[in-house]
Amino acid sequence: MRLHLYAVLVALSTAVLIFAGGLVTSTGSGLSVPDWPTTYGWSMFTFPLDKMVGGIRFEHTHRLIASTVGFLIVVLAVWLRLAEPRRWVRRLGYIALGAVITQGILGGITVLWFLPDPISIAHASLAQLVFCLTIAIALTTSAGWKRAYSEGGPVPDDRILQQIGTATTVLVYVQILVGATMRHTDAGLAIPDFPLAFGHLIPPAWDPKIAVHFAHRVGALVVTCFTIATTAHVFYHHRPRRELCRPSALLLTLLTLQITLGALTVLSQKHYMINSLHVVTGASVLATSLVLTLRTRRRSFDRLAGSRGQDETYDMHRDVRPARGHA
Amino acid sequence: MNTFLRPCVALLLLGSIACGGGSSENASTPAPAASVADPVNLETAGGLKGSIKLEGTPPAAQTINRRSDPYCEQQGEAKTQNFVVSNGGLENVFIYVKDGLGEMKFPVPTTPVVLDQHGCTYAPRVFGIQAGQPLEILNSDETLHNIHALPMSNREFNRGQALKGLKHTHVFTTAEVMVPFKCDVHNWMNAWVGVLNHPFYAVSGSGGTFDIQRLPPGTYTIEAWHEKLGTQTQMVTIGPKETKELSFTFKL
Repeated sequence: MRLHLYAVLVALSTAVLIFAGGLVTSTGSGLSVPDWPTTYGWSMFTFPLDKMVGGIRFEHTHRLIASTVGFLIVVLAVWLRLAEPRRWVRRLGYIALGAVITQGILGGITVLWFLPDPISIAHASLAQLVFCLTIAIALTTSAGWKRAYSEGGPVPDDRILQQIGTATTVLVYVQILVGATMRHTDAGLAIPDFPLAFGHLIPPAWDPKIAVHFAHRVGALVVTCFTIATTAHVFYHHRPRRELCRPSALLLTLLTLQITLGALTVLSQKHYMINSLHVVTGASVLATSLVLTLRTRRRSFDRLAGSRGQDETYDMHRDVRPARGHA
Repeated sequence: MNTFLRPCVALLLLGSIACGGGSSENASTPAPAASVADPVNLETAGGLKGSIKLEGTPPAAQTINRRSDPYCEQQGEAKTQNFVVSNGGLENVFIYVKDGLGEMKFPVPTTPVVLDQHGCTYAPRVFGIQAGQPLEILNSDETLHNIHALPMSNREFNRGQALKGLKHTHVFTTAEVMVPFKCDVHNWMNAWVGVLNHPFYAVSGSGGTFDIQRLPPGTYTIEAWHEKLGTQTQMVTIGPKETKELSFTFKL
C-alpha cells in the first residue's frame, strides 16, 4: 500500500512538472537560463534564490522540479525492483526511469541548441509518456487493481469498450502532439478567433501555422466524439462498475474543462496561466483515459501473467516480493 | 541488484560532476580584423544627410511592468520605445547603403562597439557594426541578464551575465540587417544591430536626423529600417564632394 501511495505521489509530482513546463513555454522563458546543467555557472541546487528573477523564476523552478521528479522516479524504480513481484510492473519502473533520464537530456539539449522545434516538441511529448508511465504504475500497484475490482462480480471483457477506449487514449495523445507542435511553432494564435476561424467555419486562407492550429481544433472535436462514445458505453453497459464509471465521469469533466481552457487561451491572447492550465489539463485527460482503458483490459493482465506463470492477484496485504519460485 | 544499482550510481556521479559550482563567463576571442587599405578618397568623398519623418499618430508609449525583477522595478518607470518621436522625426531608424558599393573592401575597425545593459534596458536600442568588428556586451546592472542574439545568417548565441561588470565580446562574421537581441530574463528588453561590410550607416537621432559621411561618389540604394514599420528604399546619386539631402517618410 505504501508503494502505491508513493507511486501516486510520483504521478502527482509529474503533473506539477508538466504544469511548470507549460509555464516556461507560455512565458517564453525557455532560454532565460542559457547554460545546462548549470544555472549561470552555479550548480542548479546552489543557485541563489535572490537571483531568481524574471524568466529565470519559471525556467529554474522547472529544472528543480524536474530534478526532484527524476529522483522520485529513481526511488520508485528501486522500490519496485525490491518489493514488486510482477516482472512487467518492475519493467514499467525501469522504462519510466529511462524515459525521465531521456526527458532530462532532451530538456538540456533544447536549451543548448536554442529551442529547436523538433527537440522541444519531443520534450513536450515524452513528458506525457513519463506521466502515463507513472500513472500506470500507480494504477497497477493499487489495491483495486490487485484484487481485480472483484466486488462487483467478474470484470467484464467488453471488446468494444476496450477498442474504443484504446482509440480514445491514442487520439488524446495524438491531439497533445499536435498541441505541442502548435505551441512550439508559435501557432497558438494563428487563428485569432473562437469558435469560428477568421469568421468562417473553415479558414479562408492557409499557411502551415493556420493548418496546425486548425488541426488542433479538429482534433478536439474528434477526441470529444470518441470520449462521449466511450463514456456513454460505460454508463449504458457498465453502470454498476464504479471502477469504470468514476474515470468516465472524471474524463467528461476534464474534457469540458479542457475545451473551455482551449477557448480561453485564444480569447485571452494566450494568457500564460490559462495556457499552462490547458497543458496540464490535457495531460490529465490523457491520464484518465489511460486509467479507464487499462481497467477495461484488466483481465488481459491476468492472462498475461498466467501465460508467464505469474500470479497477477496476490496477497495485497503483503506488499512484498514473493520468494523466488513462488511466481 | 548490482546490475541495476551500478548504472544508477554511475548516473548520479555523472550528474554531480556536471553540476559544478561558481559563476564564470568565457568571452569569445574576437578574430583579428583583416587589414585592408581604405578605398575612400577623401578629396572626392561626399555624404548623405537627412531625416526620417512619421505620418500619423503613433500609439502612446506604455509603462512596462517590471515587477518580475525587483532591481529593475527600482530603476524607475520605463516606457515602451517602439516609436520614439522628437520634433516630428522618428528616432531609432537604421539607415544604410544597401547596394552600390560594388566590390569595394573597407578596413574593419578594431575598436569595439558597446552594447550596454543598463537600467534593465539596452543602450543603444538600434545600432550598426561592421562584420569582423568586435561587439562588447556589458552588464552594468546589479541583476542577471542573458544576451540572446537571433540572427538568420550569423551564428545564434545566448550568454548569461550573472554579475555587474561582466563583458562578453562577440564578432559577427556575415553582413545581416538586422540581427535582433533579446533578454529572456526580462522580456521587455530588445535591441537590433545592422551588420554590414562597410561603414556607411547611421541611426536616426533627435528629430529623426541622420548623417552618413565619407561616401565615395556613385549611385546607391539607401534603405531605412524601423523595428515596427519595416523598410523603405530610395536611390541616390552622390557626386564628388557632394552632400545629398534625403528624407524618408514612414506612415502609420
